[in-house]
Amino acid sequence: MLSPQTNISAPRPTDSPSSSRYAALDNGANMAKRKWQVLPGRNSFYCDGRIMMARQKGVFYLTLGLIVVTCTLFFAFDCPFLAGRLSVAIPIVGALITIFCLSTLLRTSFSDPGVLPRATPDEAADIERQMEVPNPDNPTYRPPPRIKEVTINGQTVKLKYCFTCKIFRPPRASHCSLCDNCVEQFDHHCPWVGNCVGKRNYRFFYLFIVSTCFLAIYVFACNITTIVLLSNEEGGFLEALKRKPARYPLPFNFTPIASIIEALICFISIWSVLGLAGFHTYLVASSQTTNEDIKGTWSSKRSQATFNPYSHGSVISNCCMAICGSLAPSLIDRRGFVVPSDPAVVTSSPTRPLHSYGTAAPTNTVAQDSVTSDPPSEPLTTPPLDTQPPSVITNSY
Amino acid sequence: MAGASYAAQPMAMENIQRQPVPIGKVFIQRDYSDGMKVKFQTKLPLEINDRIDQRMFETTVIRLNEIYGDAEALKARIFCEGCLICLTGYLALLCVKSHYERKVKEAARYIQSQNDEVYAPRGLVLVDPFERGLRVIEIVILPQDRG
Repeated sequence: MLSPQTNISAPRPTDSPSSSRYAALDNGANMAKRKWQVLPGRNSFYCDGRIMMARQKGVFYLTLGLIVVTCTLFFAFDCPFLAGRLSVAIPIVGALITIFCLSTLLRTSFSDPGVLPRATPDEAADIERQMEVPNPDNPTYRPPPRIKEVTINGQTVKLKYCFTCKIFRPPRASHCSLCDNCVEQFDHHCPWVGNCVGKRNYRFFYLFIVSTCFLAIYVFACNITTIVLLSNEEGGFLEALKRKPARYPLPFNFTPIASIIEALICFISIWSVLGLAGFHTYLVASSQTTNEDIKGTWSSKRSQATFNPYSHGSVISNCCMAICGSLAPSLIDRRGFVVPSDPAVVTSSPTRPLHSYGTAAPTNTVAQDSVTSDPPSEPLTTPPLDTQPPSVITNSY
Repeated sequence: MAGASYAAQPMAMENIQRQPVPIGKVFIQRDYSDGMKVKFQTKLPLEINDRIDQRMFETTVIRLNEIYGDAEALKARIFCEGCLICLTGYLALLCVKSHYERKVKEAARYIQSQNDEVYAPRGLVLVDPFERGLRVIEIVILPQDRG
């Protein structure tokens, strides 16, 4: 499924020559590269930059395979049986849920989670200059990790400097060590979808796990119904197995076997995904990321004055913004063509103190631990079985 | 020269060859005091206060903040659009641009017009913050015409 990332810069007059493949030849010798080919970070790109995923995709194929196999068995065996005996609405509803589930899965996996482009050389030099602490007595003294404090809706938040991307990470952003990118509103890196979950694809991820719940429950219910109806008709489960169906040339009736296989897959999936869906519903309602919740960044247990500055006021508005707010376009222009950047300029502007970037720290200081360096690869534990999706939260420079 | 040669953002190859070498760059940072929405600081940097006055600069940044604020605001119309797109399994996004994308384009057009009318005659070029990951507004300082 193609991710419809539009090239935002294309309509501008300066870029119209470069939007044509043939016009983008430089020196007539080589084709100019698309930006995705030169993007730093450890992502994989497909379909000429339209699809963007993490490097490790094995578990994603497993997820996709499980859903496809279960749904194929469902539509091949249960649906004809139930459509005939109960209602034709059953396969139709099943098809709608399946399409929605697959669509949101592919969207989560293939889209840009909100990767922040790395700083241009000039920008990096500007930040470096402002952070230099001249110390003539000790020239080898290295300043402590750089932190900038900002006040957001009354709460003080510390922004950390990312040494890889050479930027001060915006609030709620974090650096994924697996993909080697800073991601906006970083939630976690999910191996089951083969991508990070961040600002731009969180809603797809949430809708995917919710629709997987519905799908698993629906298919499970249909399986039980099929087995019960078939057993009643044939006077027992073993007799039902013996009946030769007219539909498929099999020596025995595969329908109850298919139903059992599907029911097993669905039963295990429900346990995994239901808890996760509930947890993320809570996160959406309280406008937090997985990071923030696990560390209790905005927990009122920290202090009386701590509150979540990112909340929109009520559960309803948080949910609306998370799921139905307008989707921001990708900040990394994957499909645009690389043009030589203008030469880096070393400016001789006076050093500006850091406090000019934000307001001074008031009395409440909440260290935004989710954005600072933490022990990497902290597994997200969701209840209860070891079949839980091992979503990994990664924070590092 | 600076005004005429600035015809576009200093990124296309042909424009770099025509354009004078910049003598400096300043970066306007994000203002997070109001939350996560895209908003830039309106304080005029010292380096360019001889070229442009605070009021004009503020007007540009405030208008830009308004456009981006519009992009992220949750109004009934946008909410309905979001719901409809969601109900199609987000397949509708293959055909239509989201509200946010339209606003980003509007911001780009606004910056272009401001550059043409206000900044280029003063030897300054505003780089669309979208080109910089919505982190900073980069202002390129060009050598100014003396003749």
